[in-house]
Amino acid sequence: MSEALITITENVRIAENVYRMALESPELEAQKPGQFVNFRLEGLFLRRPISVYDSAAGQLTVIYKTVGKGTRQMAGMQPGAVLNVLTGLGNGYDLSRAGDKPLLLGGGVGVPPLYLLAKQLIAQGRQVTAVLGFNTRAEVFGEAEFKALGCEVTVTTADGSYGTKGFVTDALPEEYSYFYTCGPEPMLKAVYAKTKTSGQFSFEERMGCGFGACMGCSCKTVTGYKRICREGPVLEKEEILWQI
Amino acid sequence: MADLKVTLCGIELDNPVIPASGTFGFGYEFAQWYDINCLGTFSFKGTTKESRFGNPTPRIAECPAGMINAVGLQNPGVEKVISEELPKLKQVFGKKVMANVSGFSVADYAETCEKLDKEEQVGWLEVNISCPNVHGGGMSFGTDPKAAAEVTRAVKRVTTKPVIMKLSPNVTDITAIAKACEDAGADAVSLINTLQGMRIDLRTRKPVIRNVMGGVSGPAVFPVALRMVYQTARAVKIPVVGMGGVTTAEDVLEMMMAGAVAVEVGAANLADPLACKRIIGDLPAAMERYGIGSLRELSGR
Repeated sequence: MSEALITITENVRIAENVYRMALESPELEAQKPGQFVNFRLEGLFLRRPISVYDSAAGQLTVIYKTVGKGTRQMAGMQPGAVLNVLTGLGNGYDLSRAGDKPLLLGGGVGVPPLYLLAKQLIAQGRQVTAVLGFNTRAEVFGEAEFKALGCEVTVTTADGSYGTKGFVTDALPEEYSYFYTCGPEPMLKAVYAKTKTSGQFSFEERMGCGFGACMGCSCKTVTGYKRICREGPVLEKEEILWQI
Repeated sequence: MADLKVTLCGIELDNPVIPASGTFGFGYEFAQWYDINCLGTFSFKGTTKESRFGNPTPRIAECPAGMINAVGLQNPGVEKVISEELPKLKQVFGKKVMANVSGFSVADYAETCEKLDKEEQVGWLEVNISCPNVHGGGMSFGTDPKAAAEVTRAVKRVTTKPVIMKLSPNVTDITAIAKACEDAGADAVSLINTLQGMRIDLRTRKPVIRNVMGGVSGPAVFPVALRMVYQTARAVKIPVVGMGGVTTAEDVLEMMMAGAVAVEVGAANLADPLACKRIIGDLPAAMERYGIGSLRELSGR
């Protein structure tokens, strides 16, 4: 975990209400797949946690959806602007359990944290399949980028306006060694029910601090209470206790 | 040289800055951000007799110049605090710590305080009779002078350490509660805990916080807190620890001018993990700017 002042180099709209922001700073360390960063924004008290899309030493890219004041403010920012960001937050995905043919299941803005994961899994020589789910054609992003990494990619849309009609769970491949997923909670529950192997889930929760101090994002798991921001956001399938 | 030292109930602090309970865990989380020995002390996470998960999530909401929380006293229980958290703290913090205690009955408070009284690193017991986020306890003791006095007496009976009663702003007259605590033997009072508030999500038309209401903190509450510290400092003779929305060195000075002998910093730690280190670093220059040689003189105590 560290605090950094980082400069926006790019901030572009890539789909309906979805933006990609690239940032750089010499003091920035490479982030792990599944980790998140926490942006301080003008006029807002709490920081805004956003998952890491891509990262290397000195560089960070995030993809975010405009859902409220904070993300709308981010969408209006220009290259050259400097942001105070807490980086290296959360546990991130554990790549060691992936096996030969890992499956990545992303829904909407749950897709971005899987990109850096896919990149690193492929670098380790694994055969990666990605199923990316969206509501409708206008919201689709990431297909070309995941393909360029060398993933086999299936896109689903709930209304059938692009790719396979249905949800990511309607396009599960026959064979996979392990899975990694991130998306809205109804999707995660469906993934939990329909997958045949073990896997890792990345969760979202309203956070106070994002670094383990306030207990704002606690959840109950088989292995005890966990903070989504600290012992999460990634939990193993076997430890999940779904809240009512 | 600016003199930042103050004394709280007979224990000297290097400076008046104290991270508030619930915003600083058991300290060691923040030791990853900076050497926490620069603090005057800190008040650790509210501890109860039994372990608690707290309230369902969402527990957090944003509000103008602040935040709302309804964590509900999540903590591992006093036994584990003593056996697991305090040993970890000792490795990163060499000063006396303020033990923050909550309860659901007078006997709960006494039992938890009696256990913490035996811990050498505990310098003060801060007794929270003002948590707005639990039912059947917490704030119900802090909104009635008789109940506040009863908790104070019960805790005083089981400890020789200074007892600081942490007061709720969710009352008509905070000075009546402060006086009741003073008369019952409290060594100090600290105030304010959070103000009850809520937000509604425009998309779902439902409260953002699952528990509906929570406690508002952050810069938004600073003027209210300052006013209550001012009133209380003039109503009681025991020391007053001021808190509520303190974010800068200037806020610390204002709190002390209102009568606080030391100042707790809460929500600011969550927005900026380095907040207290920065405030302490900024204090000497702020004192010089306003012609203050010694902080001890400021509160008039």
